[in-house]
Amino acid sequence: MRRFWLILLMLPWAFAARADLVIEITQGAEGALPIAVVPFGWTGTGAGAPKYDLGEIVAADLARSGRFKPLSADQMLSKPHRGTDVDFRDWRALRMENLVVGELSPNGVGGYLARFQLFDVYRGEQIAGYSIATTARDLRAAAHHIADIIYETLTGERGAFSTRIAYVIAHRQKDGSERLELQVADADGFNPQTILASDEPILSPAWSPDGKKLAYVSFERRKPSVWVQDVLTGRRERVSAFKGINGAPAWSPDGRYLALALSKDGNPDIFVMDLLNKQLRPVTRHWAIDTEPAWSPDGQHIVFTSDRGGAPQIYRVAAGGGSAERLSFDGGYNARASYSPDGKSLTLVTRVDGQYRIGVMDLKTRGIQALSDGRLDESPSFAPNGSMIIYATRAKGRGVLAAVSTDGRVKQRLGLQTGDVREPVWSPFSQR
Amino acid sequence: MKTRIWSWAALIAAAMVLSACGGTPKKDGGAQVQDRGAATVEAGAEASGAAGAAGVYAAQLEDPNSVLYNKVVYFDFDQSTIRSEYVDMLRAHAAFLASNPAVSVSIEGHADERGSREYNIGLGERRANSVHDFLAAEGVAANQMTTISYGEERPADPAHDEAAWSKNRRAVLVYQY
Repeated sequence: MRRFWLILLMLPWAFAARADLVIEITQGAEGALPIAVVPFGWTGTGAGAPKYDLGEIVAADLARSGRFKPLSADQMLSKPHRGTDVDFRDWRALRMENLVVGELSPNGVGGYLARFQLFDVYRGEQIAGYSIATTARDLRAAAHHIADIIYETLTGERGAFSTRIAYVIAHRQKDGSERLELQVADADGFNPQTILASDEPILSPAWSPDGKKLAYVSFERRKPSVWVQDVLTGRRERVSAFKGINGAPAWSPDGRYLALALSKDGNPDIFVMDLLNKQLRPVTRHWAIDTEPAWSPDGQHIVFTSDRGGAPQIYRVAAGGGSAERLSFDGGYNARASYSPDGKSLTLVTRVDGQYRIGVMDLKTRGIQALSDGRLDESPSFAPNGSMIIYATRAKGRGVLAAVSTDGRVKQRLGLQTGDVREPVWSPFSQR
Repeated sequence: MKTRIWSWAALIAAAMVLSACGGTPKKDGGAQVQDRGAATVEAGAEASGAAGAAGVYAAQLEDPNSVLYNKVVYFDFDQSTIRSEYVDMLRAHAAFLASNPAVSVSIEGHADERGSREYNIGLGERRANSVHDFLAAEGVAANQMTTISYGEERPADPAHDEAAWSKNRRAVLVYQY
């Protein structure tokens, strides 16, 4: 049995815990892999006991992906914390394919050391084992990291549990007006942090490819402008404030350019701004509404929404400009498209029988498959590993976030306790 | 067009008050309106209590009996064509603006919540532009008008049905004076 231990330092993340999102899996997947994640042990005594059970967070992450079906802790026949204490017969009896055990120890200077091991139950072998140094504040981040390692080891695909989401939340005030906040939270909805608050509309947040900045549209000063804000420091810059619409910012894959919808010449067209010198280059020029640009992962193309054919549909143009090609023909309304990380498909808003739903278009066949079942679903965004799409929907009269697996099999809802949540966008992977 | 005649009377009264006050910001407005003659003394007397220009404009724009009281144009789904029922109302606003160059108006375009937000920003702008172009064709100076689109971000009715949506597909004249 090969053992390997690795120390990983988790980056500190100064998020204050506030009204956390609660995730509810509304439709599970058939054929999800059975896995047991035993509640983690705690080797310390007295003060300093961890606030969270890392095992529970890991199990919740794996369940959310739709690829795994974690065993509930009360069905476990034993609860070992170390590989040496594992009796594989207990787990074979429960028909588990994989087992995760782990424990948390005080590191002597106020932090923690989290150790875990992943086993193949039938072979009785360890597949992975790591030791991660962390702090009380970063316990959840450590758990997401463990979930990422398990996910990647078992699926061969990079996990997206350590990523974040940005979204806009609206609170209705006593006078009937809305107070808007741009928030950033962990991918499971915990640790929300407000990075901008305004009485004027905020929309279209977009992550920079390095995950460090957000571009967004804010109506502060009573006109729409595009801003770029450093998420960690809060420093921000107004990059576009032309006459008319300044909207729909989209980062080029190399992070140097921002595609924008600007109506400075009379009606919205797509432009590309070089962020170094703020120079603009026109990409489309048409009397129709051209908006919602999104770059292909290779940076070669931009897809956008245009009603040049009479109703909103998706078009594609070379990033340098030129003639646009219509991509969507299914249905009378398709908008807000963005590419999957592998560049092979688009997620978009599509109208089906008068209902606005989240769809996926296969770029080869151009067919559109509706994945969501709401009435007013909008703002779809792929997880950076392409496994899930997060979007905004309505439930019980409120705007809530939902996620669906790219194959449509797993659906989940992320419900905030208060407010109206909208415009979610999934961050890229953090750099490793 | 009883209401329109009334508003002209009020306008003239306003002009008289303006010239009486002396230190009002726009001489042009007063002169232009005075050309129309036939001011009724009663209306002038009534309006003389108003506190300056703003009060005078407000007296007309916020009088529920005036056609100028209506400041919202509603649109069909995904459309920006001005329906014929709004033509008289917009002409009255055009006349008011043409006669009061000191007054400016922000035309706010809106959309219902269906579909994507940025497309709806585009749609709201198109509606605001429809109203802008109508007023311009009726003689309103370009420097008196600005447009802004809020898309679906500022619904008049926050409900999620056709009754609410029909109230939200709109352009609103927001006066500044």
